[in-house]
Amino acid sequence: MSRYFTDEHEWVDVEGDTATVGITDYAQEQLGDIVFVEVPEVGSELAQGDDAAVVESVKAASDVYAAVSGEVVEVNEALEDEPGLVNSSAEEDGWFFRLTLSDKDELSDLMDEKAYKAFVDNL
Amino acid sequence: MSMLSEGRPTRQEDNLQMTDTGSITTHTGNRALMVDEPLIFEIGSPDRSGVDLPEAPPVESRLGGLEREAPMAIPGLSEGETIRHYTRLSRQNYAIDVGLFPLGSCTMKHNPRLNEKMARLKGFADIHPLQPVDSVQGALGVINELAVWLIKLTGMYGVAMTPKAGAHGELCGILCIRAGLEARGDAREVILVPESAHGTNPATAAFAGYKVEDIPANAAGRVDLEALKARLGPDVAGVMITNPNTCGLFEPDMKAISDAVHEAGGYVYCDGANFNAIVGKVRPGDLGIDAMHINLHKTFSTPHGGGGPGSGPVVLSEALAPYGPLPFTERHADGHITLVEEETVEDRHPHTFGRMSAFHGQMGMFTRALAYILSHGADGLKQVAEDAVLNANYILRSLEDVLEAPFAHSGPCMHEALFSDKGFTNELTTLDLAKGMIDEGYHPMTMYFPLVVHGAMLVEPTETESKAAIDQFIGAFRSVAERAKAGDERLKSAPHFAPRRRLDETQAARKPILVWTEDEDFAQAAE
Repeated sequence: MSRYFTDEHEWVDVEGDTATVGITDYAQEQLGDIVFVEVPEVGSELAQGDDAAVVESVKAASDVYAAVSGEVVEVNEALEDEPGLVNSSAEEDGWFFRLTLSDKDELSDLMDEKAYKAFVDNL
Repeated sequence: MSMLSEGRPTRQEDNLQMTDTGSITTHTGNRALMVDEPLIFEIGSPDRSGVDLPEAPPVESRLGGLEREAPMAIPGLSEGETIRHYTRLSRQNYAIDVGLFPLGSCTMKHNPRLNEKMARLKGFADIHPLQPVDSVQGALGVINELAVWLIKLTGMYGVAMTPKAGAHGELCGILCIRAGLEARGDAREVILVPESAHGTNPATAAFAGYKVEDIPANAAGRVDLEALKARLGPDVAGVMITNPNTCGLFEPDMKAISDAVHEAGGYVYCDGANFNAIVGKVRPGDLGIDAMHINLHKTFSTPHGGGGPGSGPVVLSEALAPYGPLPFTERHADGHITLVEEETVEDRHPHTFGRMSAFHGQMGMFTRALAYILSHGADGLKQVAEDAVLNANYILRSLEDVLEAPFAHSGPCMHEALFSDKGFTNELTTLDLAKGMIDEGYHPMTMYFPLVVHGAMLVEPTETESKAAIDQFIGAFRSVAERAKAGDERLKSAPHFAPRRRLDETQAARKPILVWTEDEDFAQAAE
């Protein structure tokens, strides 16, 4: 399994044709206490860069973008009752949705962990 | 020590010398004028009432056994108890009539009492929108005269008076844009919204069915003109720009932006929430704007924020005016005023997109806004903008040595000053500073907005504050900011002196209890 990152602070785990998407620990830290998460509908087709989900904290509401294109096959329903999972476990239990990759080449647009860390350090 | 001829010392410091007030408790839990007021349900009782109603005659029920048997859960209080309850609660509140209200972008200016006097005249206050127009010529005259003023002040072609607030006005403007595009058979999909726009702008565009795309801000906190130009094309219906923007800065490229958008076949919507800063100085019509809402409850001093309804008339360019909503007033050559409505629209205004409000608009706000305009006059309104900008710059320059002002180096601000949380230590945040300002006796500033600045604090003093009031505010703000930079641990638990200590905002958002219930089990289940 390999993990990729976007400059919009999303992470993408790729296993075979399936990608799991969430927001990074840095992002949850910046947002503060998260009070609401809206995930996409299973079956929806997302193009890279589309608005995919919404995350709302005590400070602000932010869009989560589709880091890669594909069809949504599963969403993290636990976030509806427990949005705080994104704070406590942003990069594991707080995942947002899974999609079937429609274009693996898009992964080359993303950063690896080292590049993302350097990106965040520069912010 | 100064003493009354009999009794206790009168000066505060003398009192403090005598007693340590922190250790004193009261029988009631109240602290002098600050009363710990219970909920109205907790003090009410069904056997009390503020009115004396006759015994209801027996009625044969036609509800088939579904009639209510349990008592209604309405608190019973006498008139006196009701008045005391709400008056006590109001004393825990902060309002523009209590002190400076520095909420950035909200323009919390003084609400002149002359406005109130005019709005309460019987001919304006005690009329009904369905009265024959001949019997309300004076009120229609107010709407019409205000409309003329708004058109003149903005250099636009027409105005829709009916929208009920800023966001309603935005929707009106975007619906005009859509109607204009559809009329030429050119349905477009995208509205561009810069990062420095008001948060309601993307919401409005999305609500009207458009896809929203961001345009980045440049390093000076303005719209990135080149990025905007690069994105324009045949799919772009228009842009929504806030000018002056939410960084408190004027968009100097506005005319170039409008020209580029028009050239690409789109329309320009301007969020006029910050018109306060440019009224009498700049006419949006000269900047190529096609539609702009004006918050009467900001620029023109009508009460808001719990004090009254908003009102958001939308001024329109010649290109968009034919699509404006119904109804509107029309003054005839003999001075008689009529309403253009569905019955008369065919030959007067056939391209209207429809109606977005049952009646004429917020009459009470129209009266107040016109009273404000007429009492200031054209020259006075110009000074409103000048003083609002002067006051904000005074705050900006007085505090930039202690707080980072990210865009201050690019020149003066407009009507509001923007600071960041740079330099705060001990994990203190903008939220902690805001809570500290409550202890100092102020409503906090707008915080964490705009999003382009880290830990943003947006301060708008408006033109109606005196130098003495602003100096006092600056002193308090400076003191709390210095504590935040020094890492004062006590700020984390502020406010210490408010009627309620720090509220759990996370819990309030995640699990709000919105309905009072006597049944504790139910209340717990709701959690």
